[in-house]
Order: sequence, then C-alpha cells, then structure tokens
Amino acid sequence: MTVPVLQVENLNVDYRLERQWLNALRDVSLTINPLEIHGLVGESGSGKTTLALALMRYLAPNARISSGTISLDGDDLLAKSPADMRRIWGKDISLVPQDSLASLNPSYPVGDQIAEVTRRHQRLSRRESWRQAVEMLRRVKLADPETVARRYPHQLSGGMQQRVTIAMALSTQPRLLILDEPTTALDVTTQAVILDLFRELIRANNAAALYVSHDLGIVAQLCDRVTVLYGGEVMASGPVATLYRQPLHPYTIGLLASLPRPTPGVETRLPAIEGAAPSLAERPRACVFEPRCPAAIPLCAEVKPALEKLPDGRLVKCHRWREIASGAVQLPTAPVQQTTSAPPRQRTVLQADGVTKRFGESNLLDQILGRASKPVRAVDGVSLRIRERSTLGLVGESGSGKTTLARCIVGLTTADEGELELLEVPLANALSQRSRDELRNLQMVFQNPNDALNPYHTVGQALARTIRRLSAERLTDEDIRQRIAQLLAAVRLPAEYAGRYPAELSGGEKQRVAIARAFAANPALIVADEPTSALDVSVQSVVLNLLKDLRARESTSYLLISHNLDVVAYLADWIAVMYLGEIVEEGDADDVYNPPSHPYTEALVSARPVPDPAARQKIIRLEGEVPSARHLPSGCRFHTRCPRKLGAICETEAPPWRDAGDGHFIRCHIPVDELAELQAGPPDSKHEDR
Amino acid sequence: MFARALAQLTRRPLTLLGLCIVILFLFVAVFGPAIAPYRYDTIIRGAARQPPSAEHLFGTDRLGRDVFSRVVWGARDIIFLPAVTTALSVIFGTCIGLLIGYYGGWLDEIVSRALDSLLAIPALVLALVMLGTIGPSPFGIIVVIVMLYTPIVARVVRSATLNIRSQGFVEAARLRGESTLYILFQEILPGVLPALTVEAALRFSYAIFLTASLGFLGLGVQPPSPDWGRMVNEARDSVSQTPWALWAPAGAIAILIIGVNLLSDGLRRIFRYEGQVE
Repeated sequence: MTVPVLQVENLNVDYRLERQWLNALRDVSLTINPLEIHGLVGESGSGKTTLALALMRYLAPNARISSGTISLDGDDLLAKSPADMRRIWGKDISLVPQDSLASLNPSYPVGDQIAEVTRRHQRLSRRESWRQAVEMLRRVKLADPETVARRYPHQLSGGMQQRVTIAMALSTQPRLLILDEPTTALDVTTQAVILDLFRELIRANNAAALYVSHDLGIVAQLCDRVTVLYGGEVMASGPVATLYRQPLHPYTIGLLASLPRPTPGVETRLPAIEGAAPSLAERPRACVFEPRCPAAIPLCAEVKPALEKLPDGRLVKCHRWREIASGAVQLPTAPVQQTTSAPPRQRTVLQADGVTKRFGESNLLDQILGRASKPVRAVDGVSLRIRERSTLGLVGESGSGKTTLARCIVGLTTADEGELELLEVPLANALSQRSRDELRNLQMVFQNPNDALNPYHTVGQALARTIRRLSAERLTDEDIRQRIAQLLAAVRLPAEYAGRYPAELSGGEKQRVAIARAFAANPALIVADEPTSALDVSVQSVVLNLLKDLRARESTSYLLISHNLDVVAYLADWIAVMYLGEIVEEGDADDVYNPPSHPYTEALVSARPVPDPAARQKIIRLEGEVPSARHLPSGCRFHTRCPRKLGAICETEAPPWRDAGDGHFIRCHIPVDELAELQAGPPDSKHEDR
Repeated sequence: MFARALAQLTRRPLTLLGLCIVILFLFVAVFGPAIAPYRYDTIIRGAARQPPSAEHLFGTDRLGRDVFSRVVWGARDIIFLPAVTTALSVIFGTCIGLLIGYYGGWLDEIVSRALDSLLAIPALVLALVMLGTIGPSPFGIIVVIVMLYTPIVARVVRSATLNIRSQGFVEAARLRGESTLYILFQEILPGVLPALTVEAALRFSYAIFLTASLGFLGLGVQPPSPDWGRMVNEARDSVSQTPWALWAPAGAIAILIIGVNLLSDGLRRIFRYEGQVE
C-alpha cells in the first residue's frame, strides 16, 4: 500500500474572537494519494482556506490547532519546529495563491523571485538558479521566457502572473501543491489554459495537489477526488465521478442543482438553498446544515450525524443518506421547468446606435509638448436594442468594454459619440441632462454588494430616498413605508430589515437590497453588471431566480453583463458577445451554444468549466493575451488569437456581418454555413485517460 | 458605529486616561475663575518668590502673583484658541477636501498644488512673519494656525473621499439625480468622519503646542494675561530662584498635550479596528 502524500485526521482548528475560542474546523479528515488532485469545495465561511493554511501550519496568530494529526509522506508535521517548517514551506509544500499580483514582490524581476526559491532550498549557484528559473517559465508555457524573467510583476498580465506563481511553486518539485482558488481572478479563456497546465504539470512532477475552490465546474474538470466542506465540517467526500453522478448529501445535491446550465428552449427555475451559511459563533450544535436543509427531520436538530464510510469508500455525513440513495427522499437535482413566463414584447426599451467611448485622449498640454498618445477605444461604435420585458446578455472577457458600454447607457460615463433612445425617445448621453423620468427608467445593480449600500444609512433610508427622489407624484410617509415593505417582500427579505444597517447583512442580502433599490420606482430597464459574481453559488441561484421573478412581475427589462456564459444564458433571451470594444456576435440565447457561432464565442463556450466530470467538450484554447485597446489589431480584431483564422484577409479587412437567420448575426470572414460545418465536428476527447 | 467606539474607549485604559485629562482641563478652562483663589493679575504684597505651600499650591512668582491661579486662568486661552483654530481648520479643510476629492481633474490639480505650497513653508516662520506684520493678537493666532492646518485636513479628507467616490452607493446616488451637495455631505462625509475625528484630535494637540510656542515667543496673548507659553518665558530668567513658576505652566502644557495625544491615538486605533470589522 502506498503512503499517502498527505494524511489529515480529526483536525480541529479554533479561532480566538472576542475573548473566546470558536471552533472553525471540526474533526476534518483528508487523504491525498500520490498523483492525485483533491478538490476542496466550500462556500465562504466554510473553513476551506483555514484548512489549507492549517495544512501548512501557517495559521493566523489568533488560531490554534487544538487536536488532530497532519502528516506529509508519513512524517508528522505538527511535531516540526518552526525552523523545520521554514525548510518545508516552498520545498515540500508549495502554495499557489489566489491573488498572484499581491504575492509577487513588486520590486524584483520575476526571474529573480523564482531563482531565490531554488537558491535557498537547493543551494544552487546564482547562475544555475537563474537558468532553472527560465526553464520553469518555459515549462509553464510562457512565450519568450528569457524576456519574461527580466520583467517586473506589474508588467505582466494576470494570466502571466499566475503562471509565474505556478512556476515558482513547482520549481523545487514539491510533494504537495496547495492551490487556493488560483483562477478566480482570471478570465474563462485564460482559466481554461491554466487548468490544462495544472493537470499536465502536477502529473509530470509526480506531485499531489489540493485544489481549493468554490467552483464545482472546475473541480469536476480537474480533480480526482472531492471533499465538500460546510460550516467547518466534512459533509461528503469521494471520487469526482460518483460524487457528481450520485450525490448523497443534501448540501452537495443542492449545490449541484443550483448551478445554471444551458436548457435550450425551456424556461427554467433554479432550485435554491435557502438561508445563509452560519457565522462561527452561530453554528448549530447538531447537524451544521440542518437549518438550510430541505430534507431535515427533527433528529437532525438534535443529534450530530456521523461521517459514515460507504462500501465504495465514499464518505457522507447525513442521517438520511440511505433514504436519499434508495430514492425514498427526493430532492430537486436539476433546474425545474417554469410555466409562468411572460414572453418579451416587441416595443423597444433601449436602443443604442454607434456608441463610442475613448479614454486617455491627449489634452492640450500633451499636444503642445508633442506627447500626444493614441486614445484607448474602450467601446467602439456599438449598436444594440433591448425589447420590453426581455433580457440582453452581454458577455466578453475583461477588457472587452462591456462594463464601459453599460456605464455609457446609464450615464455614469458620458459616451463620446453615438445616440441613445429610451422608450423610443432620444436620450442625452450626459447624466446631468437627463430628466427625472429618464433617471427613474434606467437603474443599475452593481457588481460588489459590499459597496453598493452606504454603510451609514439603514436599508429603509436607502430605499426611501430612492423612492422619494424618483417618484413622479408626491408621496406621503405612509405611502413610502408601504412601498418599502412591498419592495422588501419582493426581494424576499423580512420587513424588519428596513431598520438594519448594511453591516448587519450578508453579501447575498445586501445584493437583494441593491436590487430592491433598483426596482424602487418601477424602472423600464435595469443594467446589472456582474450581479452575482461576488456571491456564493448557493446565494447566486437565489439572486438569479429573484431577477427572473421580478422581470415577469414588474415588466422590467435587463441588460445583464457577465463573464459567466451560463449565468447570462439562464436569464437572457438575447445575447451579444463583445471583444475589444465591438460586438462580434448576437443572437438568441440558445443559439450561441450551438454552431454556427463566432470563433470567439466558440472558444468562450468551450472554456466554460462544466460541472459534470463525464462531459466531453471541444478543446479550443485561445493563445496569447487580449491585445491592448490602444493598439487595436488591423482587420478582424480577433485575428491575433483566432484558432480558425483564414489567412491574410483576416489581418487586412474588417469582417462583414453575416446573417445566420432569425436575427442571429456573426461578424466573421468565414461564411455561416462553413462555420457551421467546421464547428459541428465531434468534440475532441477531453483529456487523456485519467 | 460611534456608540460602539465609545464602548471601545472604556476598554482602553490609556485612552480613558487621555479622555480624563482632557475633561479635567476643559473643566478648569470653563470654571477656572471660580476655582482660582486669586485673579491672574493680583499681586500679593510681601509674598513674592514663595515656594509651593498649602496657601499657594504652585508657589508665587517673582512679582508675588499666585502661580496656581495664573495657570488656572490661563487654561481658558490655551484651550479656547486651539479649539477655535481646530474647528475652523476642520470645517474649511473638509469642504475643500470633499470638493477636490470628488471632482478631481483640473480643480484637484490646481488646489492640491496650492495646498502643497502652503505646507512647504515652516510653521513657525510663517507665524513669525504674519504676526510680525499684523501684530500679535489672539485673532492673528487664529488666522495663522487656520492657514497652516486647513491644507493638512484637506489632504486627509481628499484621500478618504477618493476611496469613497467610486463606490457603488455614490454611483447609485448619481443615478437617482442627487445634487452634488447631497452626495458630498450625506453620502461621502459619514465615511470620512472616522479619519476626520482622528485628524481633528491630532490637529488640536498640535495647535496647543503651536499656541504655547507663539506665547513663549511673545506673539500670543499680551501681558498681563496669563498665557502658559509666556509664563514659561517670563519664569526662565529667575529659574534658579522660582523654579515652580516655570515648572507649573510647562507641566500643564505637557500634561494637556499628552492627554490629547493619548485620546487621538486611541481614537485612531478604535476606528482602524472598526474599519477592519466592516
């Protein structure tokens, strides 16, 4: 029998807060075998980062490991002295952090930083360690590693920085690699490339890895085994394939079911996990998941279930797993079909024509000094139309200009050129020239719920102010009180929340208040910029359902912006794909998943991590970085990265709009039927046999 | 948040000590004339150069004036002048800081550079030149110190405003058509207040120090008014005979400044801790 690389048994970690010890991890056990990638899934507050840090014995000063064992290759880590641990860090255990820019020293070239690791741990000479650093950068597939090694962190893009931290983590050939949400800050297309790299390098290095993530899709695609953490306890653990195919724990079932996924032609509703994860001090004493569990019975609130081992080696901590396994207890496992859907109307809510926004235009002083620079064309002549009671989804990588376009529409940024029409009446580009009625009809939901509400105003004050400012008629205090109660009920928050301050609300609750505020005065269009990207998976489904319900009830339209195609497709009936300030494809939401589509859209679809280990997807990886919007590529802007590039014509001539029928348009040199043919091929086998 | 800050205050002994010192001095400043056994300018016949005793707590100076009474009477000016200058600096500095922080661009460039150039002049040099021209007076002191401290407060408020102005709730306020005045004072100012409170306490302690220094140089309140800085200067010549006449006002200045500093230091920690919680 092989010795596991990492074995954790009955680990308990406490935090000292407000003069008492609170239990953060309770009896966590975990085994990682050689060559295995072990996924650790959990929402914020589940203790997944605490576990990752505890494994490295790198906890905060107010934390302690109160009991349990951690062994690395059979060697007891808890018995090591601090000096021993310093030799182990970076050599036997390496960490790839979430924020790569923050973990690289800004004042040294990245090559020096990688070389320092091998110089310290393997006592290599300066020249030898530098040579090896360059070699590591080559292995993480950075083009021109010699040059990259001499660059400073800020001169590299996010994807390149993350590759540097991976190179650094792997340079000493560690036994165990801990990856703490290493792709959260990256675009999907970059994420796909980085995940491929992990898979390849971990195997080539004969290492094992713990992959900490909240994204079930990534875990499905990358990991061999998964452990699901909730409230500091292991809920379930097992091989990826069986755990996803037949989840036995209500929490795992709920998490998987609440992920939006493409359902062509069917209007669906996500089964959501109600409530919020408990804070450290408020964790239930019996089953931690009981308050949110749809299958809870009185026993669950009294007796803590044991972590049971199934015959096939899976672990599950639930009183009712046998009933779930036998089918006696049925929990919703997939989005359910929704019948009460109101179809979009024909009337146009918003029309944009040739909207253009440039940043960094040279001013008079620059021109006199002769240092005039080319402006960044963030949005370049974009036209779009949103119908009443419909949702236009806008997708694209960071830097595509989607947020700038949204801000131009609501007026937070004034467009340089182009015409806007709201409800078929011309709309001024500048916010200060818009009437109260126009302001009322155009509201926005922001990305970060934590700064969307003023921390010094109560929920009620925030809503009242918006209602008072935007309502056409004069309202009495009683009218406003009623409207606030109505709004809170609409976003499914208790009425007493009106008296609370934002600090007393969870992230999901804050976002619901922000949505209520946007709806306060019956707007015609709400622009939602990544409304769920800062939220946990289980909260995301609640917010998405809410947006869907409110659209049907209030006859509001949305402009929904997201990098997550599945989120967009769940809500949107029409999708526009943006690349470098231009729309490259638009059409019905279901059409973008199917051929023919723009090569860029095709790449976005294939890069999306599907939460199904058995799924076979086309592998299309975009090489290189998004070009700078200051120096736009000639011809087709996508030609520098396009896997289906034809030849010289793509570099010299702007591609034409091609009609794929039913209002579906693609901006590409390749004719529609040829695209369909190229893309209809069978999906390539996903990766070599696992 | 401020209620919680107050609860925090009582849990920090040094901050509490600072608060007690400040309250004690405020009390003396307000009720000074009632506490003091003599007027500040009463010359007691035949009682010159007396060491501290039950009758004369801090002794008497070389003219036979009761030092304790002079210190008590003097508390009013040394607290009143810095309080006024601090209040004015905070008001002006906040308005300027909010405006340039919110609008940015050209306005910010011009005003910030102007403030920087004011800050580049050494405080005492500016004070000497200004008070030399307009003549020493309490009003002159107020003008000089407000000129010196407004830019500092403005810079603190400006940087706090920069952090807040791009947050979602400010943009939401713009989207419902709020006036700039509303956004500055209702949406942004509350977020600036913690930093501003700490800065105000710090400015207050510096203002006390500067007022005392100007008094020492003879540019403050004119005799025979009891100014602590001037008292130190006057007692300097006869320090070998009446050291108590020097130590009493000097000690009062030191204790008051220590008290204010302990308080402002505590406030800073409390607000930083509060900031982390949110």
